[in-house]
Amino acid sequence: MTDASMQSPETGHRSVSLTVADAHTKKRANAEKRFRAYGIVAIATGLFFLIVLFASILSQGIPAFQRTVVSVDFTLSAAQRDEAESTLFKTKAYSNLFIAQLSKELEDQGISVDFDEAAIERLLGKIGGTIRTYYADNPGKLGDPVKFDLAASSRVDGYFKGRVSRDTLQDSRFLQLSDLDLVDALKQAGIIKQAFNWPFITGADSGVDNPGGAGIGASVIGSFFMMLVVLGLSLPIGVAASIYLEEFAPQNRFTDLIEVNISNLAAVPSIVFGILGLAVFIQFMHLPQSAPLVGGLVLTLMTLPTIIISTRASLKAVPPSIRDAALGVGASKMQAVFHHVLPLAAPGILTGTIIGLAQALGETAPLLLIGMVGFVARGYPDGFLAGFTEPNSAMPAQIYTWAARADVGFYEKAWGGIIILLMFLLTMNIIAIILRRRFERRW
Amino acid sequence: MPIVWLVLIVLAIAAVGYVLGRTRALQSATGDVRALHSLPSYYGANVALKTIVPAFGLMILWLLVQPLYVNSQVSEMISGSAIEDGASLNLVMAEVRRTAYGLDNAVAAGQIPEELARNARADVIDMTQRLKDAGQVVTSDITQPVLRAAQTYRIMNATGYSIMAVAVILTALAGAAVSWFQTRAEYRARNVVEQGVRILLLAAASIAILTTVGIVLSLVFNTWEFFKLYPATDFFFGTTWAPSFSGRGGSSELGIIPLLWGTFYISLVALLVAVPIGLFAAIYLSEYASPRVRAVAKPLLEILAGIPTIVYGLFALLTVGPLLLGLFGDDGLGWMKAGTAVMTAGLVMGIMLIPFVSSLSDDIINAVPQAMRDGSYGLGATQSETIRQVVLPAALPGIVGAILLAASRAIGETMIVVLGAGAAARLSLNPFEAMTTVTAKIVSQLTGDADFASPEALVAFALGMTLFTLTLGLNIFALYIVRKYREQYE
Repeated sequence: MTDASMQSPETGHRSVSLTVADAHTKKRANAEKRFRAYGIVAIATGLFFLIVLFASILSQGIPAFQRTVVSVDFTLSAAQRDEAESTLFKTKAYSNLFIAQLSKELEDQGISVDFDEAAIERLLGKIGGTIRTYYADNPGKLGDPVKFDLAASSRVDGYFKGRVSRDTLQDSRFLQLSDLDLVDALKQAGIIKQAFNWPFITGADSGVDNPGGAGIGASVIGSFFMMLVVLGLSLPIGVAASIYLEEFAPQNRFTDLIEVNISNLAAVPSIVFGILGLAVFIQFMHLPQSAPLVGGLVLTLMTLPTIIISTRASLKAVPPSIRDAALGVGASKMQAVFHHVLPLAAPGILTGTIIGLAQALGETAPLLLIGMVGFVARGYPDGFLAGFTEPNSAMPAQIYTWAARADVGFYEKAWGGIIILLMFLLTMNIIAIILRRRFERRW
Repeated sequence: MPIVWLVLIVLAIAAVGYVLGRTRALQSATGDVRALHSLPSYYGANVALKTIVPAFGLMILWLLVQPLYVNSQVSEMISGSAIEDGASLNLVMAEVRRTAYGLDNAVAAGQIPEELARNARADVIDMTQRLKDAGQVVTSDITQPVLRAAQTYRIMNATGYSIMAVAVILTALAGAAVSWFQTRAEYRARNVVEQGVRILLLAAASIAILTTVGIVLSLVFNTWEFFKLYPATDFFFGTTWAPSFSGRGGSSELGIIPLLWGTFYISLVALLVAVPIGLFAAIYLSEYASPRVRAVAKPLLEILAGIPTIVYGLFALLTVGPLLLGLFGDDGLGWMKAGTAVMTAGLVMGIMLIPFVSSLSDDIINAVPQAMRDGSYGLGATQSETIRQVVLPAALPGIVGAILLAASRAIGETMIVVLGAGAAARLSLNPFEAMTTVTAKIVSQLTGDADFASPEALVAFALGMTLFTLTLGLNIFALYIVRKYREQYE
């Protein structure tokens, strides 16, 4: 070393001024710049992926909130009703009446287009039955004009949203090229139009062949009941466990065992919790399959480590002087913790719990194993208690179900469902951030 | 739901007990609080605690034991005679339960009178017809023993629950009464209550152990069942994955090697995406970025970690897959046959793991003492030279730990591979081919299947066991490295 440094003045002799960078310095400066650029590129790539992800969610999901409706003024007199009821094919009679009025309305506007009953059925489904049920339920409306808002079939919906075009359309029993002429005519007449898709937000899932009628409402309810279970179990258990570990646990093997278990459980793949739920809750305890109760129990076990870890952090953040002061004025250890430490740690605990809940809300894999997919969640639960035990879907499971179906129309629903799911997560995280900002204390 | 009512009744007894205990304590001190050993509320809490804890303990125990007892009793009834060839006891029991459940529903709906449902001489054919009329899902023909077993099952369960309700309420009342009589001014209520609360806290903490035990037991037990039906060597060393659901066993080949290969290949692609990006992002954020850039970029990157995996799965299936197919498919380079492939799943999983790698590495790089950097600068090194030759070597063990944790995440990830990687199990080197993973096969073997008797369903537990062991090993190793490194500079 000494020899080397002795020689260096001679080998490293500079022939030019220090202010002018020589080749070696330039190389090092360039290397520095390159290295810095790698970092910027890495962050930019990450953010680029984020943007692409959100762009594709929004661009493909927003159409789900639009639906195509055909709104037609329809009048049925009592005489017409009686006549229709006396025929053999009653619904056919109703749809013929409907078609007659529709053609008249088009003619009044000076638009001529040929269509038959089959075309109307491809566009709107079996309308005869709809009309008949309506008048059976509302006999008082006979003779008055009634505005029917009928949902257009998913192919027609696709035509409006650009998923189906004239060039790519192949005639099938779902839609034929000639039907698009009718659609264009109806559009010109202002009868067919786009409207906000309330049924998507409030409705339940539909069958595999009816993507247009599928809604996410029922699964939101399923998720809600699951979150109730998770909150009701994981918050008290998590807080109790954290208090024990942070404030009371003696230094011994058993405590170490608990600690090791918690940190390992936090890293166990979620699907393993699904296997646990299947084996213990369904195979062994025979709890009902697909029930939000079971889903909630599985997610509780999964969320517990998260909540315990964050609760312990916020208990740890309460300075020991608080405990000492409480003990000093004569409180017992238990009183010091429950009366003083816990209230001071509450905002942190709450924030951690909300974040844990948000994580549980988006979890899918364990729900697949306890049977929350593979059936059609057609309706809402009958009551509050039934909400826990009746088979239902959950938001992420519903999205998966849609993504796994063959009909392309469901993909749009899946993206739309993701927007709703992300909105819930965003709300929860914002609440957590606000809580943290508002109540965070620096000691 | 009678259990809800039971819980409410016990809670009501506890509430009344609380008030009574408090009053009695005050009375025994003739209204002078100072004469009491503890605050009056502790006497109330003492009664409430001794009401609730034994009652709920008994209830939980009962709910766990009763199904076991009823099951064993009922399966004794049908053992031997009723089990047809090819069917197992489990299957018959499942049918018994289904029939009992159907009977319950039909009775609840008023379509079958309770006496008939209990009648041990009821006609089988008539009963089947009545169940079908009531809209209950029943297998085509219920045999005589199954119906009898189902009836016994129902009756035993119903009686069991009634006895349980009585026992639980009696326990609650007894607990309340005993503790109420204990209540005197000198009674050390606070100490007793605090001891009780402490035990409850310990019980809550032990749930973590219970969960692990539950996971291990459910995996080991079912894996054992599986290895009884299917040789373990074929499972661990078999190179073909071809389950058949048509025949009952025999024809399936359930080798785990192709699944492990798919898992590792996809994880490798994911790490190749996530590690460079995450690591460089962490280096830039911790060494170069101004506090303002850091305050914006770090949370933005971490959003990627907060997005549910189902979203990534859909992103892989519907956006990345078609995009890659356009580039490498038949229209482009011709390497890719379908949108679902190792590359699709790996790329998307890599995106998901970026914040995971970057956050952990960021913490670790920040933990390298400033003195080491200052020493390097003092010798004339540039910032990048310092990072490459001083900071990174010092942080290397921690970074390796972070990468291992990310790898364990990748191995256990489910939704992205279920939607993005395809379903075919194959051993291939082409990253543009569809492959499948351990997690994806667990899902496909278990979804919507209530029968755990066939090797095709049980294999999922063996796969789960493999997955659990793998990720656990990786986690323990990674945490060991990270912890060892942290101690070095603290």
